[in-house]
Amino acid sequence: MNRHQSDSSKTRISANMRIVVVCSAFVVSMVGVSYAAVPLYQLFCQVTGYGGTTQRVEQMSDTILDRSIKVRFDANVASDLPWDFKPVEREVELKIGETVQIGYKARNTSSESTFGQATFNVTPVSAGAFFNKIQCFCFTETELKPGETMDMPVVFFVDPAIIDDPDAKHVTTITLSYTFFPHASEKPVAAVAEPVQDSNTL
Amino acid sequence: MAGSTVAHDDHDHKPQGFVRRWMYSTNHKDIGTLYLIFAIIAGIIGGLMSIAMRMELQEPGIQIFHGLASMVYGFDGDAAIDGGKHLYNVFTTAHGLIMIFFMVMPALIGGFANWMVPIMIGAPDMAFPRMNNISFWLLPPALLLLLVSMFVEGPAGGYGSGGGWTLYPPLSTSGQPGPAMDFVILSVHIAGASSILGAINFITTIFNMRAPGMTLHKMPLFAWSVLVTAFLLLLSLPVLAGGITMLLTDRNFGTAFFAPEGGGDPILYQHLFWFFGHPEVYILILPAFGIVSHIISTFSRKPIFGYLGMAYAMVAIGAVGFIVWAHHMYTVGLSLNTQRYFVFATMVIAVPTGIKIFSWIATMWGGSITFRTPMLWAIGFIFLFTLGGMTGVQLANAGLDRAMHDTYYVVAHFHYVLSLGAVFAIFAGWYYWFPKMTGFMYNPMVARIHFWATFIGVNLVFFPQHFLGLAGMPRRYIDYPDAFTGWNAVSSYGSYLSGIGVLIFLYGVWEAFAKKRIAGDNPWGEGATTLEWQLSSPPPYHQWTKLPRIK
Repeated sequence: MNRHQSDSSKTRISANMRIVVVCSAFVVSMVGVSYAAVPLYQLFCQVTGYGGTTQRVEQMSDTILDRSIKVRFDANVASDLPWDFKPVEREVELKIGETVQIGYKARNTSSESTFGQATFNVTPVSAGAFFNKIQCFCFTETELKPGETMDMPVVFFVDPAIIDDPDAKHVTTITLSYTFFPHASEKPVAAVAEPVQDSNTL
Repeated sequence: MAGSTVAHDDHDHKPQGFVRRWMYSTNHKDIGTLYLIFAIIAGIIGGLMSIAMRMELQEPGIQIFHGLASMVYGFDGDAAIDGGKHLYNVFTTAHGLIMIFFMVMPALIGGFANWMVPIMIGAPDMAFPRMNNISFWLLPPALLLLLVSMFVEGPAGGYGSGGGWTLYPPLSTSGQPGPAMDFVILSVHIAGASSILGAINFITTIFNMRAPGMTLHKMPLFAWSVLVTAFLLLLSLPVLAGGITMLLTDRNFGTAFFAPEGGGDPILYQHLFWFFGHPEVYILILPAFGIVSHIISTFSRKPIFGYLGMAYAMVAIGAVGFIVWAHHMYTVGLSLNTQRYFVFATMVIAVPTGIKIFSWIATMWGGSITFRTPMLWAIGFIFLFTLGGMTGVQLANAGLDRAMHDTYYVVAHFHYVLSLGAVFAIFAGWYYWFPKMTGFMYNPMVARIHFWATFIGVNLVFFPQHFLGLAGMPRRYIDYPDAFTGWNAVSSYGSYLSGIGVLIFLYGVWEAFAKKRIAGDNPWGEGATTLEWQLSSPPPYHQWTKLPRIK
């Protein structure tokens, strides 16, 4: 009787532990999934143009439609970055499929070297998937010396597929918006690692 | 079960001394009692905050919060006005977090489920009694952290975290750099850990410790509801933990998960949060469904209509609850097709919910109904929950939601399903099981007055908020234009009446313990068929020393 009881309590304990192990593994994997969501979400945005994420392409469009579309340019600077940042032209009108180069100008108004990094998107967000950039200055760290001015070109075209998309076909104006944020310089770390480069630049 | 009743007096091996009995407790009934007491205390704190907000909103202008801010934080003049505005937001944030994490969840899952699930499935205790103790004792420090957060710096020139219970970035990251938000995040972390441990405990108990003959398909619906809830907790809370850990590292360690300047996206937080947040509202309401099923069946003297349908409707609600999260985010710029999907999926939830509502009504149909106090609360629950469900179907429409988003219409909706739905089920369960848990009968007169004061009070609070929301009054503001004065005043009067209801409730508890009317093993008669009514009232310290047999 006693042995029987202790046997059954042993099997119960191992059965309990099995459930605990399965549940804990599940909890840990769900935490993992929530972190995996970060790169997956970025990938999802890049592939689908979700949230106004623009597309990067290498090639120009091979068809140009006889329909024009307006593209406006917007520029913002975070309050703690002493830059003057403007598009050269406020807006351009182009044919759908036509490749156009426009420019932004940035000037450091302070007396120190500062680093900036731009983020961007387009509105309406449904047009993001059709806004193809061949060349741009996104997510690269940019250094401006005191008073230095820099031209920042953007080469882009609007994908002719836009006229077949139920969400985006009525879009007549697309706004491309850039925002520059200050970026703490990573140079000191590099300078320690490669003193040769340091002596060259000095 | 006569054996266990006799054993009660001499051999129940209660630990001696207050600290050993309660602090070191591993007994599921004692821990359940601790959870219930904790929920009552937290509910009073959260309720006082809501009454303070209603006092402020009773008329346009700023009446009390600038005074409160200068009293508590020592602000003067204009700083007191700004501090008061922020304090109002701190109150909405703390009210939401307290009511969700420290009132409804501890009451339904920690309190009633801890007490009744082992008894109902014929188990002597929970599977992991010591883990049960940790689950409870993590909560008081979590609540303490949340309360402390109100007294440390949040945004520049203000105290406490005022970003709402959803903790959206950037307001919760760069918007409020002070340590208050870190306290809140840590508090939610600890409360979440407590719930995850509790969920594992319930799953193990329900899977492994059912009495012989108690198959899953014979298990009482309350145990079913807790099983589904435990799975929802297991699936959703780790995602919240991940999301708020990202907030924490964004705030303190320079990561850029949600910071656009580093290539992050604040909308991602909303997706992560609502992947937890939407199942969370089902976590709050499913145990309530279970309790109400038992009460309706008991006082109609009929078995529950469509038992299997009821059980699997809860499973369906739990499952579908995970794929509808973005209906909280219609205004963030989802594509048209995404919105179409989420509208459709959200409306699908009305089907299993409808199965439950109609099954409750069908249970009552042709039954021999007695309107004892628990039945009043349960019928009140069905009425109010259905009303909240109706506004829910409306808000599920992306087109309509565009207009209603962040208005008082939404506030009215979720208070009807949670504040009136879940809370009415908590009180229903309280009056249903109070005689079983304590051995004493409550005073039916006091209990009825409590019901009517609360019923009229909460309807006065929240029904006018539908009108205010339709008229365009936005949430989370301390002030409003004069045009909204009338219904805001009504809403405030209702909150005072509900506050009186809480006092009546506390008086009723005190009165029952003072008068010590013996309730008997089964005060509800032949309709009460679940196992807890076969035990003595209160049940022996260790029940089911001889396992019950289920036919």
